[in-house]
Amino acid sequence: MAEPVKPATVRVERLSKYFGAGTARVNALVDINMDVYPGQVVGLMGPSGSGKTTLLNCIACILQPSSGRITLDGETVYDDRWLKADLRRLRLDKIGFIFQYPNLLPFLDATDNVAVVLQLAGLSSAAALARAVELLDYLEVGHRRHAMPAQLSGGEGQRVAIARALANRPRIILADEPTAPLDSQRARIVMDLLRRIAVEQDAAIICVTHDEMILDRFDHIFRLRDGRLEISPVPKVSSQSIEARPSP
Amino acid sequence: MNLAYRDIKHNLLRFVLTNFGLSLLLGIVIVITGVYGGLIDDALRQARAANADLWVVQAGTNGPFAESSRIPGDTRELVARVYGVERAGAVTYQSIQTELNGKPLRLFLIGFEHDRPGGPRKLLAGRDIVRSHYEMIVDRSAGLALGQEVPLGTHGHKFTVVGLMRNELTSSGDPVGYITLHDAQELQFELSPAAERREVSRGGPVQSNDQINAVITKVSPYVPLNEVATTLSRWKHLKTLTQENQENLLSKEVIEKSRKQQLMIMVLLIIVSAVIIALIVYTLTMDKVRSIATLKFVGAPDRTIVGLIVQQALSMGIFGYFIGLTLVLIFKPYFPRRLVLDFESIAVVFVITVVICLAASTLGIRLALKIDPAEALASSG
Repeated sequence: MAEPVKPATVRVERLSKYFGAGTARVNALVDINMDVYPGQVVGLMGPSGSGKTTLLNCIACILQPSSGRITLDGETVYDDRWLKADLRRLRLDKIGFIFQYPNLLPFLDATDNVAVVLQLAGLSSAAALARAVELLDYLEVGHRRHAMPAQLSGGEGQRVAIARALANRPRIILADEPTAPLDSQRARIVMDLLRRIAVEQDAAIICVTHDEMILDRFDHIFRLRDGRLEISPVPKVSSQSIEARPSP
Repeated sequence: MNLAYRDIKHNLLRFVLTNFGLSLLLGIVIVITGVYGGLIDDALRQARAANADLWVVQAGTNGPFAESSRIPGDTRELVARVYGVERAGAVTYQSIQTELNGKPLRLFLIGFEHDRPGGPRKLLAGRDIVRSHYEMIVDRSAGLALGQEVPLGTHGHKFTVVGLMRNELTSSGDPVGYITLHDAQELQFELSPAAERREVSRGGPVQSNDQINAVITKVSPYVPLNEVATTLSRWKHLKTLTQENQENLLSKEVIEKSRKQQLMIMVLLIIVSAVIIALIVYTLTMDKVRSIATLKFVGAPDRTIVGLIVQQALSMGIFGYFIGLTLVLIFKPYFPRRLVLDFESIAVVFVITVVICLAASTLGIRLALKIDPAEALASSG
């Protein structure tokens, strides 16, 4: 695959993270370098304890790395120390996160679960609700907009969670095993959806997965082993093969 | 979007049940406030009912409420002749216990002179005492009906209830009754027939019944109170107290112990309420750890999280307070003691409730602010 000409949306340079000190020190991430470009969907794989979630948390600005540099959407947020004071605002504006389980707020219905993120970003209640409905329709769960999370099926809940992640039109989408609770057919549907979003919204998507069945949906696969990164060959899939349609 | 409201709506039954428990607790705080108010009001009510400017009592005593006082019955005539005294009335005060329909009945009886200071205030039903003997006006809390006869005293004379009053109680909660001074003197000073025979047989002095406990004095508005008090003080066998002295004695000394006890119970209840509200808020926050972690993860600022907890704590406190207050107002008439709930004391309890809720929510806020957003990644459905 030809290297994209646009600057990387996610750039990770010499990133290391260790826990503990002295003989008890555990190197969770060692000298990680990684670029993810707009429109790309990359997979992050590796055995349990290899550092996938640690890397995702560092990129999501949840976990402070020990050293290195992280640049998100052209803005260096970490360079051996946090450079941004308001990391939550950064996450709200630039990062959409899809959890392994939908993690919807149980006391809000599907629409409000999406709208809450928009309102946190400063949208009025009416505008937030309108966009939430639009997103739910786009993800084909509009008919369940008034359902509470407990009333949604796994696939529906995950779509609502994706709608929430897309709400603020983030440039970066991080997904932590989003297909784990789904059967293979629904897993492929969700991955196709993520690919479509990456293309339509020009977003960079990093997806932690153990699922070998969806490898052909990634542009790159990064494999982590003992905190070190290897790039794996990817089964061929063309971004162009994904039908693009106007994103909401 | 109000997250606190949505969470309450989602867990409405839990909120209602928690609130009901809390409302009972806050209701007890309000009841104790009412009992405290009632204690002071009842204590002052006896003195205020007399509508006196000056109280003339036995020398060396703080009578007639704080200490017993006994002065000759003609003292009222002496006092009435003093310059500046507009009206004077002799009164007696005594606690009495009788039996009615096999049940004990306690009354605080006031003997007064018709058309003189010291008589009952407003009647709720019935009429004033017009006969010179064996008629009685009593507070309705005694459970007596108009026309009912009550045996009183060592001779068992039957007194007919001719009038009823409301909210005329002593600080110990006994209903107040009014009878004529003559009847009261008989009840207080007359010996039983057996005791009288014993006195006669031993050749003891014949005791006069014409004794009173105090003289209630109304001073002319054109004469300084102090001047009249000074004149009355010249009689060495009497002591003069102003209405203010009397009220101070009642509120600060007579009921001081009870007042402190009630205050202590109130403070303890407030502390218990604060601890319980803090635990409820903490538990509610614990239930929402994952939701709070998710909110933080998606970028919610701390003020959103703090707002969620504080609003829920305040909702619980305010709902609990008003439900508690409503319950107290509904069941107030059935309470064995008179509750005095003026606007000021109700407002003070409300402010205390709000302060408790804010203080109690700090525990939940502390927990919420310590929640790591990464907990949203924990793999549970």
